[in-house]
Amino acid sequence: MGKIFRFGDDVNTDEIIPGRYNVTTDPKALAEHCFFEVRPDFSKTVKTGDFIVAGENFGCGSSREHAPIAIKASGVKAVIAKSFARIFYRNCINIGLPIMISDELYDLVQDGEEIEVNLKEGRINILKTGKDIRSQGFPEFILKIIDAGGIVNFLKNHDIGELEDGI
Amino acid sequence: MGTVAEEIFSKKLSRDVSAGEIVLVDIDVTMSHDNTTPLAIKALRNTGRPLFDKNRIVIIFDHVQPPASVESATLQKEVLEFIKKEGIKNFFREGICHQVLVERGFVTPGRVIIGGDSHTCTYGALGAFGTGVGSTDIGVSYATGKNWFRVPETFYFDVNGSFSKGVYPKDLILKIIGKVGARGATYKACEFGGKTIEDMSLGDRLTLTNMAIEMGGKTGLIKTDKVTENYLKSRGYPYQEIVPKDPNYEKVFEFDVDDLTPQLAVSPRVDNVYPVEKYAGTEVDEVFIGTCTNGRIDDLEIAARMFKGKKLSPLLKTIIVPASNEVYFQAMNRGYIKIFMDAGAMVCNPGCGPCIGRHQGVIAPGDRALTTMNRNFIGRMGSDKGEIIIASPATAAATALTGKITDPREVM
Ligand code: SF4
Repeated sequence: MGKIFRFGDDVNTDEIIPGRYNVTTDPKALAEHCFFEVRPDFSKTVKTGDFIVAGENFGCGSSREHAPIAIKASGVKAVIAKSFARIFYRNCINIGLPIMISDELYDLVQDGEEIEVNLKEGRINILKTGKDIRSQGFPEFILKIIDAGGIVNFLKNHDIGELEDGI
Repeated sequence: MGTVAEEIFSKKLSRDVSAGEIVLVDIDVTMSHDNTTPLAIKALRNTGRPLFDKNRIVIIFDHVQPPASVESATLQKEVLEFIKKEGIKNFFREGICHQVLVERGFVTPGRVIIGGDSHTCTYGALGAFGTGVGSTDIGVSYATGKNWFRVPETFYFDVNGSFSKGVYPKDLILKIIGKVGARGATYKACEFGGKTIEDMSLGDRLTLTNMAIEMGGKTGLIKTDKVTENYLKSRGYPYQEIVPKDPNYEKVFEFDVDDLTPQLAVSPRVDNVYPVEKYAGTEVDEVFIGTCTNGRIDDLEIAARMFKGKKLSPLLKTIIVPASNEVYFQAMNRGYIKIFMDAGAMVCNPGCGPCIGRHQGVIAPGDRALTTMNRNFIGRMGSDKGEIIIASPATAAATALTGKITDPREVM
């Protein structure tokens, strides 16, 4: 169970982590400045297990990985949006930040509401109304990357071919 | 069986693959440039593994070349040390990455190529699957020789008719992006076909696939044919046929170029597309002809024909950057460089030139630049108080001649 931080359409990587804080690759330092300009209270109020809910094209802009790293290091459990920018989507999976696509959720929830999420089954439960929403679950292949905490961590203990094992 | 994208992945894996599947494939070429290689090296180090196969790596210095600041010189020095230490042979400093990879035979039909650059989507003009990725992806391919993909659904652009005088493939791709929108093709493979495409030179095809990313596309693709085969065989590079078989397209768009007129994309969005007439007469401060979109010999030829025997106003910065050394030599042998310099244009060394706003023609606050680039985002060429307008090489050359946005049909 976690709280929702709700954002609009076209949230770009500069809003997620302003360019001038990109000088570091330390996840903690990045997390401190996450959404610093558009939502200065974010880093102080977000708790481990919270969620980001957004509209279309979340993560557009630069291909830099600082943006998903900042979100993940903030403790966000998953980002649920109507759609994601392509390179951002890949970067999230590669660094182990779960993302879900849902057309429905955005219009059904307010900022600060609570939801419960089952990543594997792609189920989202809105606590206030009890409404259950389905999104696409992750295929086994992608779940293995996310479970390992990202593809770099996966490669520390596995051969890349193991992503296909049992599929 | 399937679209060009599905055919490539099916051939690669020797089984039928369709859109939506997640696949793990061998990466034939992993490319990065002076801006993205430092992070890729870091990503490789983070995996704790050695390079899997140094021969499948290509590094190009093109973005800020030669280095224009102590910072860029220092970063490039680090990359050079990596190249020397690892014994990487495929290292070039002779033009824009996407042009050099095509000229040097790294891009051949059926190959899967990733690049630390968003315009890696260009390679589909030769029936290869190219896509831009982040630094972790480059590091993963460095370390394992493989990477994962979700096979994309395809939007098909069926283009027919013939271009009128003064109208070019750049006008077509701007028109398409204006219609589809900057995120209208997100995640999709954008496949171009039809009579107009069949009649196009390889260089013009590269202009189209190059801009697939500007509508959100994962890649741009064109099936192989005689044009592809002739280009590759004339250079001794391998050819194989990659054509769609009974494809199932998610969407089909039809375009007829018979009535197409010269187009512009005005600041700050690539999908802000209008006919040139709408802005005719607007004064500009800089004209730039070059980039991976329009810095090839056909593009320079258009400008050379229009500049021949003319004088450009020195009040205007007119900058020409051939896409590669090969293009530069051709332009020299054909007398274009002399024409440009006689006219008063500045010809810079092959590379990205002012496209990323760090050297060779940075714009000032209040400057308006008309360029053959693929992006007009705020701040891309320097000051965030400047304006960037994208057009064809012919519109750019016409505008350089008058200092005001000019329809090329009026001066040709
Ligand atoms: S010419 Fe411009 S768009 Fe092309 S690779 Fe260079 S910087 Fe990128």
